[in-house]
Amino acid sequence: MQNATRIAARLADLKARGKKGFIAYVTGGDPSLAATEDIILRLEDAGVDVVELGVPFSDPLADGPTIQAAAGRALAAGATWSRLMGMVARLRRRSEVPLLLFSYLNPLLVRGFDRTARDAASAGADGFLILDLPVEEAAKNFQTLDRLNLDHVGLVTPTSPAERIKRIVAASSGFVYCVSREGVTGVQQQLAPGAVKLLKATRRLTKLPVALGFGIATPQHAAAAVQEADAVVVGSAIVDRFHQAQHTATGRAAAARWVGTLVRAVKKV
Amino acid sequence: MSRNVNKSAGQPGRFGPYGGMFVPEILMEPLRALEGEWRAAMRDTQFKRELNDLLRQYVGRPTPLYHAARMSAALGPEIYLKREDLCHTGAHKINNSLAQCLLAKRMGKTRVIAETGAGQHGVATATCAALFGLECVVYMGKVDMERQALNVFRMQALGAKVVSVTAGQQTLKEAISEAMRDWVTNVHHTHYVLGTAYGAHPYPGMVREFQSVIGREARRQILAQAGRLPDALIACVGGGSNSIGLFHPFLKDRGVAMIGVEAGGLGIRSGQHAARFAEGRVGVLQGTRTYVLQDDEGQIRLTHSVSAGLDYAAVGPEHAWLHDIQRAEYSYITDDEAMDAFHKLARWEGILAALESIHAVAWVIKHTCRRWTKKDVLIINLSGRGDKDVQQIAAWEQAHRKA
Ligand SMILES: Cc1ncc(COP(=O)(O)O)c(C=O)c1O
Repeated sequence: MQNATRIAARLADLKARGKKGFIAYVTGGDPSLAATEDIILRLEDAGVDVVELGVPFSDPLADGPTIQAAAGRALAAGATWSRLMGMVARLRRRSEVPLLLFSYLNPLLVRGFDRTARDAASAGADGFLILDLPVEEAAKNFQTLDRLNLDHVGLVTPTSPAERIKRIVAASSGFVYCVSREGVTGVQQQLAPGAVKLLKATRRLTKLPVALGFGIATPQHAAAAVQEADAVVVGSAIVDRFHQAQHTATGRAAAARWVGTLVRAVKKV
Repeated sequence: MSRNVNKSAGQPGRFGPYGGMFVPEILMEPLRALEGEWRAAMRDTQFKRELNDLLRQYVGRPTPLYHAARMSAALGPEIYLKREDLCHTGAHKINNSLAQCLLAKRMGKTRVIAETGAGQHGVATATCAALFGLECVVYMGKVDMERQALNVFRMQALGAKVVSVTAGQQTLKEAISEAMRDWVTNVHHTHYVLGTAYGAHPYPGMVREFQSVIGREARRQILAQAGRLPDALIACVGGGSNSIGLFHPFLKDRGVAMIGVEAGGLGIRSGQHAARFAEGRVGVLQGTRTYVLQDDEGQIRLTHSVSAGLDYAAVGPEHAWLHDIQRAEYSYITDDEAMDAFHKLARWEGILAALESIHAVAWVIKHTCRRWTKKDVLIINLSGRGDKDVQQIAAWEQAHRKA
């Protein structure tokens, strides 16, 4: 990797200061791209370190009802790839917040993966996390991302044996995402018991920062997650809050304040 | 001759550039374990004996290869129907469900899940789950539950729980996504009985092996009954399991043409169809790289067919490969043509065929005179029986008589 991306730089800076990271997920275009732009700026103000920006897809098989519905709203409102990249480019004039594109493979392949990656790089995105692209299938795509200095974040899960984890972390850049439990995205009541074991196993195999996500929804969860992890990812709970806020300015401000309580819980650890 | 699975450099489950394992990481290890168990089972003589005994005594195999004399006289060539409609539960789907449920038992799984479109795969899986005492949950789109209500009742009577899927267009594609979500959540004790030669490796190859009993029998039967190999095989293609099951044992027989028939719905120009080879582009959906009906954004297009079992936006990866190397050809039949053929076959042969299978019959009715003469021999895969469809056909006819 030539230069550290915004993602890698931010996580390295946190580590140097002995701080934990907070990663927030939002679906691009839910309920409009202008709303997403505003939400990302509010998340940044609330202290979020990295934003995972979901590329909406019609058939999101790894997502639970909350993010499925968000993707449906985004597509219905006309979120296309070029409009999404237009929003990222506009955002970049006002913000240096690290942006990780979170996507399924098919919407990235349709215009050619190389062109998709170039679009992302020139708009100012910092990397990709591709949910249905396991390491066995990824070599060529990851080379493309490397050439453009874009991160490719790998996922490890409770079903991944040590040799797979080794292979996945070796093919990752930016950070490694530990999926805390078996299942789809969505809020759950407790941190899964296998999560700590997976984090420890992963950490033994890589120097990259390790983030924990899937199902985290409260300040207590978030704080518990970063006892072991370098960063926590919160997705469905945030999507839900902003959706409930009905996209009034005061509603969004309240949702962002709520995210702020999670961020502070993480920063205290 | 086609290159076979696993011949592409180091990547698992390839058919040329198609296939592969495009799933979330959480499923990679369970899929590997499934492949290992499947391959071990296929080397295990006791497993094979148990499967073969059940195929004979429970499913009723071998199914007849029936010489359709009146249909032949009407159309020209000698036409044989491979009678998968005579399998227990009324379709070829049970060949695969039975083998996979036996595999689930071998793996120590206590619960099976399935997706279903027409309901035939759901019924077959519910049946085999009952046979082996496994818990069974079937995911089915809400629209399909309405148009195949009889099969919903059958599954429930067999002890399965049928879950209505209300996402998207509420048909087969959404049912598969929901089954995959269940599987990633319950993977320790659950086996996902995928109903067609689709999805991530090892499913396309494994389902093809379990369905190849159709082609192996048909090949033996036609040699015995007609004294020679057929000129062509014709089968409908939803995900592609009944067709690949018939085609595969004939792949090396160069003189045997193979025609896969997709759902033309309201016609290609209407945009409302499921003819992946007519308008699909290569993409990745639900675990595999293949031809997919999608828009310029890579979003999956809505599909339409009067036949729930063919109403799906992508096609099994081995068919994509057979298409590209021109070992098989692919065509489509519209809803209207299928409805017409349903009645013709009923009157010629006294057989009410499933709306899926009738697409293959309709293709033969439409194209035979241009390609074959009295000297030629054709085999049509009659993949299922039409009992499940009679209400829908009656409703369709009422609507069209009014119009
Ligand atoms: C009778 C029958 N034939 C064909 C199909 C299509 O599936 P496949 O292409 O996997 O054979 C179905 C699917 O539901 C079916 O019920």
